[in-house]
Order: sequence, then structure tokens, then C-alpha cells
Amino acid sequence: MRRGKRLTLRQQQEVWAYAFLGIPLLFFAFIRFYPALSAFNISLRDWSLLTTAKPFVGLQNYRDIFADEVFWKALKNTFTYALLGVPLQLIIGLSVALLLHNIKHWVPFFRALYFVPYVTSVVAVAWVWRFMYQPHIGIINRFLLDLGFEQIQFLRNPSTALYSILAMIIWHGVGFQIVLFLAGLQMIPDMYYEAAQIDGANSWQIFFRITLPLLNPTIVFVVVMSSIRYLQVFSEVMNMSNEGLGGPLNSTISTVLHIYRTAFHRFDMGRASAMTVVLFAIVLVITIIQMKLVTRKYEF
Amino acid sequence: MKKRIFVLAFAAVLLLAMAAPSMAEVTIEYWQYYYESKVKLIDELIPVFEAQNPGIKVKHITFPYDAFNEQVAAAVAAGEGPDVLNIFYGWLPMYLKQGFLQPLPEKYFTVEQIEERFIPMVNAVKVDGQYWALPTAVRSLALFYNVDHFAEEGFTEPPKTWDELLEMAIKLTRRTDRGALVRQGYGWNVTGQDWHLFREVLLRQWGVAPLSEDNRTVTMNSDPAAYEVLEWWIDWSRKYGVGEEEGRGLYRDSFLAGRASMIVDGSFGIGTISANPNLKWAVAELPVKEIGGEKSNFGSFWAHAITRNATGEKLDAAAKFLEFITSDEVQRTWLERVGELPASRALAQDPALSEDPVYGPFVRGLEYSHATFFVDETIERELIVEAVDKILLLDAPVKDTLDQLVNDLQKVRDEYFNSLEK
Repeated sequence: MRRGKRLTLRQQQEVWAYAFLGIPLLFFAFIRFYPALSAFNISLRDWSLLTTAKPFVGLQNYRDIFADEVFWKALKNTFTYALLGVPLQLIIGLSVALLLHNIKHWVPFFRALYFVPYVTSVVAVAWVWRFMYQPHIGIINRFLLDLGFEQIQFLRNPSTALYSILAMIIWHGVGFQIVLFLAGLQMIPDMYYEAAQIDGANSWQIFFRITLPLLNPTIVFVVVMSSIRYLQVFSEVMNMSNEGLGGPLNSTISTVLHIYRTAFHRFDMGRASAMTVVLFAIVLVITIIQMKLVTRKYEF
Repeated sequence: MKKRIFVLAFAAVLLLAMAAPSMAEVTIEYWQYYYESKVKLIDELIPVFEAQNPGIKVKHITFPYDAFNEQVAAAVAAGEGPDVLNIFYGWLPMYLKQGFLQPLPEKYFTVEQIEERFIPMVNAVKVDGQYWALPTAVRSLALFYNVDHFAEEGFTEPPKTWDELLEMAIKLTRRTDRGALVRQGYGWNVTGQDWHLFREVLLRQWGVAPLSEDNRTVTMNSDPAAYEVLEWWIDWSRKYGVGEEEGRGLYRDSFLAGRASMIVDGSFGIGTISANPNLKWAVAELPVKEIGGEKSNFGSFWAHAITRNATGEKLDAAAKFLEFITSDEVQRTWLERVGELPASRALAQDPALSEDPVYGPFVRGLEYSHATFFVDETIERELIVEAVDKILLLDAPVKDTLDQLVNDLQKVRDEYFNSLEK
């Protein structure tokens, strides 16, 4: 009797739990999944934003985007952003976190200092950096001229523009990683370090044998999250390139920006959706590979 | 008895209810982007129109200029949108392709009447022998120059030829010891007005028509002079260093800040420039290749179009509203209040206007203005900016780049005309 009653209670709790879970689930289904899935449908149609007829065209949109030079350029740029941005941000984030972990005073102050950029609006930050990069009135060029260097057309030169934007993205995002790494570092029990010190391990050995392996879960999380973020880079390029076009000469255009331009400048939702599907596939594959490669089990 | 009164009353109510829709007013929506002086004026003109046309109400809706086409597209996709829409003439073909507009009704506007009343430039919105929109005002280009900078160098006259302009610009330019530009002799740009300057002014004066008569073929490279003038114009910045591209609209800011001595700008720039009391400036007609040579100018305009939303009574109301806002009286008020030039022949030929020290150079420019027939202004502009950037930033060969540009522009044009024939 008592046993039966307890089960019922548990069942009731489960029902309630599912009821509460159901609300966000509904939200995800209609606000997230439905539009995402409809991108597959739109990508198979000649879907102009302005006309009512949306005829089915099969894979034509996919053939079009693969023949589009700018799409390949955008993909290449996106990978450049990710392949440089992810490791650089990881190294900088981890280094700063290690330094902060080792100091005793003012830790909350420094942590806040590094975190401030992350909570500042990307658009505002992008425009401030854009002004700093200005050839005549920008502070960086004024500094360079004072030091006796030539001025650099950071955002106007196709060979420097992408890296100039990348620097801003790293600066903007690194604070979040620092906080994550600091939390990860605090999770590592002190006794391992004490034991290693007693055994006479040097600081490199401690870092590579203890800190790095035990930070693995944090690193996996950081790498996966920042890869996705870099593969979807948009606002920074939109706000730092002239007229938001990803120039000069498409040297900074990212895949998402190209999707945006196709959808809302050319009104070609079909082609834009096809690109979205391709980008989705790329992000999916990369994420799966990363999960498999980087995740390793370490036992405490 | 009581019952009869009830029945009568009921019938009366029913009758009133049925009569109500025909007595009610027709409401049309007029959409334009937010430009303060235009919005204020239209707000004042609507009551005047409504008083003249009882039974018609006009709802005025404005939205920010950024993402103009996106806004309209989103409204149309949602089954909403205006009855009368103010659009840039260069976007008309794109809107036509989407089937969003209808030709101006013959009942109110015949082709003959329009061509008699308006300056020839307006035919840029004539497609398939029909007019699809009409402007209240038009714009053209002229040379703005800083009077103080000119006095500094002892210049008393604005340049008459492009050679003179370049020579003067070189003298007006100031650089630091390390070569950083402090003052541009000429606010050179491609993203501002100068891509129009290249196409419709320089090319034409060098004897190259940018488009064929029927607007179907891009002929920007039909003569070797085209390569020559393209390179020379880019060299103003690349070789002679009299100015450099700063980003859209910044050429005007530089002029305002006294960091550029000369710029080519549209009549729409007058308002902003004259709002700076500390700046001493003047306007001159655009230079020519050689004295007595061909004059040319680029004209453009925003035009009011009737959308396919307007049917039946709404269409009549929309046409009447269009008639009103393009009338000579409104055009005159528009010039005074917005500073845009009248589109009516009679007003443009008025000597009081063509001899005006500020408006004169623009009004005289209207006589020889060309309004490019764009099929997609946004894409065509992007392609031209890209081609110039290739030469300027990557030292790409001029001939190949222009040829490639012509191919790309032709592709856009072919796609458009093919889609019309389908």
C-alpha cells in the first residue's frame, strides 16, 4: 500500500516535470525547429521575397551557389576566421586565466575587466574599433605616425582587413573564455598539485600533465562553442566593412553575411536558404568531429 | 403599434448600415522613408489635399531609409503595404519585375501629357511605353568648392575643365611630412556620387555612351577612350593623391569639416551643407573635357508609384493624390522647403531659378542630365565599386577590369530583360 502510493507520487512528479519541460519544448519546436526545417523546403524553391509564386526548382539553388565565386570566397573567409580565431582566442584566454589564477589580490577586478568587452554590444564595439582603425583620425594610425611608421589602411586594404576584424572579434570574445577557464581551474583539486610538487615536477610538467588534461571538459566546451561562433560570424563584419558588404573586394565577407545579402539585398530566399543548409551541414560535421576528437575521459 | 415602430426603426438602422460603406471615406496609404523636411511637408500637404477631395483620406507612413527595400518587401510579403509608394527611380525595374506596381491610369495621366509637362529625364520611369511613377522633384550634380581654400591659393574662378580641376586640386591638397592626407584637394570617391560622375559625365564627355539607346546593352567599353578616362580618373587618387575613398557619404563630411576643398555632390546635399554657417562655399556647373565640349550631368529622382494594392475607388483616390503631389504648386513649395529641383519643364525654365547662385548650376545641369536606366541599382553600384577597388587596391589591369565589369553588368541586364519576356 505504502509502496504503491509512493510510486504514484513519483509518477505525478514525473507528469509535472514533463509538463514543465513541455513549455520550452513547444517554444523550441515552433520558434527554433520549425523555421530551421522550413529552410530545407525554401532551399528547393525559387522563393523571392516579393512574389507570391514560389515554384519548386529541385537542386537549382544548390547548383547556383556552388557556381557562385562569392560563396566560395565567403566560405574560405569563414574558415580563416575560425581556424585562426578559435586557437588564438583559446591560447589567449587560457594564458590570462592561468595568470589570474595565480594572483592573490584584485582577482574579481581583473576578471570583471576582461569580461566587460563581452557584455558590451557588438555593434558599438565594432564601430569604436572602426574609428580606431581610421587612416587619418584613428588613434592607432596616429600612434603609428608618432612612432615614425607609415599609416596602415587597416580596413581598406584587402590583405589586412580580415585580420583587423579578427583582432576585434578575439578581443570581444576572450573575456567569456577567461571566466570559463577560471572556473575550470578552480575545479582541479589542490592535492594533485601538492603531490606533483612533492614528486619534484617542474611547472611545464604540472601544466601539461595535470592542468591541461583536467581542464579537458572546459576546453571541449570552449572549442565547440567558439567554433560555432566563428563559423557564424556576422555582426562584426557587417559593422566594420564599408556599407556592411564584407569588402573591400569581398575580402572580409563571411558565409552568414553572404546569406544575409542574398536574402535581403537580392530578395532571393531560395538561394539564401540553400546556403544556410550548407552552412548547417558544415557546422554539424565539424561539431561531431570535435566532440569525437577532443573528448577524452580523465578520471579524478 | 409598438411593433410597427420597432420594425421601422430596425429598417432604418439596416438602411443606414448598408449606406454607411458608400458614404465612408476611402483611405489610401502613402509610404516614404523618413527624411525630415519631406515628411513634414507631406504632413502639411495631406490636409490641403483632403480638403480639396472630400471623401479621401491619406494615411502617411514613414520608415527609416536603412533597409528601405527590405522594409517594403517584408510588408508586401505579409500582404500589406502602401497604395502609393515613394521609390528611387533606379529601383523601379526591380519593383516591376516583382509585379508590385501598376502603370499610371490613362484616365489621369496620358504619356503625351506627362512628356509635355515634365523634363525629359523623367522618361527613366517609362517602361513598355507606359509611365509607372512620377516625381515631384529631381536632382542633378554640381561642383561644390570651399571659397576660403580657393582664396588661400589665389583662385578666383571654379575650374572649367577637368584638367583645371585636377591641377587646382593638386595645389589645394595638404599632407603631413609623413604623407598623411590632411586636406583633400578634391574629395575623390566612388561610393558617393563619383560612380555616377564616371558613368554619366566623364564617359559621355570622352565620347562613350554607357548604355545603348534601348538600355539593353552595356557599352561602357565601346571606345578605347573609356579605358583612358577610367584610369585617369582613378589616378586622381592613386597617382596624384588629391583625395581618397573614405566610405559612403564621408566625402560630404570631409567637405563640411574643411578637409576637402572640392566635391561633386547632388542638389540634395545643399540642405546639409548650407546648415553650416561657418563654412564659406559656392557651387559651379560640372566641368567639361575641353572648353566648348559636351556637357553632361547625372540626374536622379524619387518618384511616387501606385502599387497593385490600389484597386477600384482606391485607385482613383491614389491617382488624384499623385496628381496633387506632382502639381506645379506643390513642386514650387517642395523647392522652397526641401530644396529639391522641380520636375516640371515650366518651372525649370524659370530664369529666377536657373540664375539662382545656389540652385542655378543644378537647374542648368538638368538640361543635359541623363538618368541612368538601372535594372538593379544596388547590384550595378556594387559591381562598379568592386571594379574600381580592384584597380585602386590591387593594381588590376584597367582594360581587363573594365571589360570584366561590362560583362558582369551585361549579365545583370540580360537576366532582367529575360525575366520580363518570360
